[in-house]
Amino acid sequence: MIKAVMMMNTQGKPRLAKFYDFLPVEKQQELIRGVFSVLSSRPENVSNFLEIDSLFGPDSRLVYKHYATLYFVLVFDGSENELAMLDLIQVLVETLDKCFSNVCELDIVFNYSKMHTVLDEIVFGGQVLETRSDEIMKAVEEISKLEAASNSISLVPKSVSGWRGGR
Amino acid sequence: MDNLFQRSLEDLIKGFRLQLLGESSFISRALEEIRREVKATDLSTKSTALHKLSYLAAIHGVDMSWAAFHALEVVSSSRFHHKRIGYQAITQSFHDQTSVLLLITNQLRKDLNSVNEYEVSLALECLSRIGTRDLARDLSPEVFTLLGSSKSFVRKKATGVVLRVFDKYPDAVKVCFKRLVENLETSDPQILSAVVGVFCELASKDPTSCLPLAPEFFKILVDSRNNWVLIKLLKIFSKLASVEPRLGRKVAEPICEHMKRTVAKSLVFECVRTVVSSLSDHEAAVELAVAKIREFLVEDDPNLKYLGLHALSIAAPKHLWAVLENKEAVVKALSDEDPNVKLEALHLLMAMVTEDNVSEISRILMNYALKSDPLFCNEIIISVLSVCSRNAYEIIVDFDWYVSLLGEMARIPHCQRGEEIEHQLIDIGMRVRDARPQLVRVSWALLIDPALLGNMFLHPILSAASWVSGEYVEFSKNPYELVEALVQPRTDLLPPYIRAIYIHSVFKVLVFCLGSYFSAQESSSGSSSTVYESILNLVNVIEIGVWPLSGAYDVEVQERAKNVLGFIGMAKQDIAKNVNLQDNDAEACRVTAFMEDMFSEELGPISANAQEKVCVPDGLELEENLGDLEEICGKFLKPVESDSVSCTDKISFSVSKLRIRDQQEASSSSTSLPAKASSSLLAEHRKRHGMYYLTSEKNDPDSNGTPKDYPPANDLASEILLDPLDPKRKAKHRKSRPVVVKLDEGGESRITTSQAKTKQESVTDDESLSRAIQSALLVNKKGKEREKCEGNSNLVVQEEETSRIEKPQNSEKKKKKKKKKNGERTSGKHRSRRRSEVASSSEQVEIPDLLL
Repeated sequence: MIKAVMMMNTQGKPRLAKFYDFLPVEKQQELIRGVFSVLSSRPENVSNFLEIDSLFGPDSRLVYKHYATLYFVLVFDGSENELAMLDLIQVLVETLDKCFSNVCELDIVFNYSKMHTVLDEIVFGGQVLETRSDEIMKAVEEISKLEAASNSISLVPKSVSGWRGGR
Repeated sequence: MDNLFQRSLEDLIKGFRLQLLGESSFISRALEEIRREVKATDLSTKSTALHKLSYLAAIHGVDMSWAAFHALEVVSSSRFHHKRIGYQAITQSFHDQTSVLLLITNQLRKDLNSVNEYEVSLALECLSRIGTRDLARDLSPEVFTLLGSSKSFVRKKATGVVLRVFDKYPDAVKVCFKRLVENLETSDPQILSAVVGVFCELASKDPTSCLPLAPEFFKILVDSRNNWVLIKLLKIFSKLASVEPRLGRKVAEPICEHMKRTVAKSLVFECVRTVVSSLSDHEAAVELAVAKIREFLVEDDPNLKYLGLHALSIAAPKHLWAVLENKEAVVKALSDEDPNVKLEALHLLMAMVTEDNVSEISRILMNYALKSDPLFCNEIIISVLSVCSRNAYEIIVDFDWYVSLLGEMARIPHCQRGEEIEHQLIDIGMRVRDARPQLVRVSWALLIDPALLGNMFLHPILSAASWVSGEYVEFSKNPYELVEALVQPRTDLLPPYIRAIYIHSVFKVLVFCLGSYFSAQESSSGSSSTVYESILNLVNVIEIGVWPLSGAYDVEVQERAKNVLGFIGMAKQDIAKNVNLQDNDAEACRVTAFMEDMFSEELGPISANAQEKVCVPDGLELEENLGDLEEICGKFLKPVESDSVSCTDKISFSVSKLRIRDQQEASSSSTSLPAKASSSLLAEHRKRHGMYYLTSEKNDPDSNGTPKDYPPANDLASEILLDPLDPKRKAKHRKSRPVVVKLDEGGESRITTSQAKTKQESVTDDESLSRAIQSALLVNKKGKEREKCEGNSNLVVQEEETSRIEKPQNSEKKKKKKKKKNGERTSGKHRSRRRSEVASSSEQVEIPDLLL
């Protein structure tokens, strides 16, 4: 099971944090800071895995990948394979790339809800659900279309249409 | 119209990045805005406000639990956009104690039944994150319907939610399990991987309940080419094979096939891990796995190197040959820059340690420790210490070498493991008589060095060194230098309790020297002046060194210093006389002899269970409430304020005598009225607020005589087992192993008891789930097999062609251990089975014959 997904930049600011077990917000922030302090002390060409029993409880492992200014972090337990989790980060980044074409940190900052949509298609309640990025993209696009459709109604206020129609 | 001027989430984020005021003031302003907006009646305003709030909660740690009801309102909107925002807020912030949780059931039900698959998926995700027992119970019919939905998108997600539902409400298994198992046969790879993922989790919790599904899993293992599915299946089989060893035999073949064939490193690693952890009896599979591990170890990719070492360490306990084959790679990995790799290499190296190579390996490791950063250095130290001290120093043959190694460790600059080294120094001193001379030598070297006194981490070691020097002073070559080291001015840096140990050791040395001086005096009538001078010197040095401490603030130090000075004062007169001490009435002589006697009694190691074996003497009440002592002893305790040391000493001693006497009186008078009219504050307070006090257990009729927890006494002496001398005398120049005193520790583990406790707690939660699964499978199997009974043999023959493993049903099989289900079907193929007694209370599971 996946326990948490985090994205943070190299100064420790979280850009996305999703915890699949409920935790109060202070604890969440504490964990984010803890993970950041561990990650920032890692040298460059080392393995991408860490044991972090002290932060997340027994049998917790962490895989992280450093892309430019972002750390992508996945926290999971013994029922997931480490290399498969590394692949999953790859899938996530590829999908984001397709979504935003040449994604950079700013895209992630300003498209908070879209990020969540993408992530929700990949990891569902702690389980990995979809690993093909084209399928994920299809679903994400459908959802965005639906959202846009439901949003556009609100742009035309009722009073205006009533005024036009009435007079 | 209201929300035209409302800031959207994008505006908020932009504003945050451009803000000139402090972050926290920006957030609090935004929060105020949100609080206003969220109360609006217009749903769009509400939802935008909620969206902003979720963002702030996730990224900036703002509490959003107060908005729970508003989230519900937003979710009830018919617009998808609002629903999404609402559900996101709910999944993020709801938990078991949220008060409005009950209200969400209907909304979820509506959305689960919706036509729009994306609304369904929103609801499913919400349920999977916040599902409680009630929600699971109420919504399991809907989940059941969705598990059979035609849209694979929906089915996939419904499978994902099943795990949570089962977890919270095990009875849902009766309803949904069948559909879940049907999904195992689906051709859609994503649904399959979801289902297998769910079973992986279920199998980790309770492997026996999933055992009947082994044939289905096996089929998929052989046929599937999807790596994700295969990985999960391997994990499932790893758990199943550990409860059912025969499964391992069948599964080893396909796993080896996969290992040879596949390109994906993740799959190779998972195969290797499965083989070395659960199939470790199958030699061929293990050899193939070790070959693959070797490939990993020589790769440049640090991930693969790390995983290779990790797999090797899993294999190490049963297959040490694998580790020894790869020894060079392991030693090389010790100097890798990746801390994970270094740690794994260290653990592997420790697993290789035996009697013969312990000194060589320790030498290598000490060199590494000197070169490494503090963290790794301490890891090395602690692992060497724990391996060498395992099982009462089983591995050590040459204790002299080991003791000097301990001294060396103390000198490593980054050493922070003072307590463990201290413990071992004292422990070896007590258990291994032959090592005492070396111990004293090493301790002397440590005590003399003034630099070590400044290092706070080494203080425990120094305290052990001083204790050892004092206790075994008869082995020291030069007590005078020892005493100088113990009273050197730099010892001011030590904390008081260690200082006290130093002073006491000085005292022991003094007694020893005086004793030998006096006995030399008695035996030889004349005394040489040099001996006289040296003893006088010794006494003076001690007096000068200890005198400043007699005014120390710490009571322990003060008391001991005064003791030593008093003793010196008395002895000095007798030394100074320097005349015939033939008359044994010399006071110093007698006292010295008495002290020597006291110190010569050997302190031995004590078993951890010793206290329990001591019988409590009659009349000693250990479980009485001591609250009433205040009234009785109050008048005696007051005059302990005077300044002179000797006065308080006398009073404290007498008070303690009084306390014991009065305690006995109190216990005998416990049956009298508890409410005494007394002036003590405690009693007054108790009178006024009596109802807030807990009832004392004085009038408990059970607490009479010896309580039940203390078993009758055993003779302690009979439990000291002497380790027989090591018969393997290898070479003449090698000393034989000295005698190590062991005791029956019987349950050394303070650590494992707590682990056992936590294991017990989690077991009871999962028991209900596993029972439900087993009963569901029983129903399934009954139904299925009755239909398939006739056609079964055909099926089996067919399957035999595809998989070489399955045997025909009718052959005789010997089963070592059979588990029998209640409510068994009595068809002909199932012959006599032994009723095996199983300790666990859960229902017993039958292993299907198909696989055997």
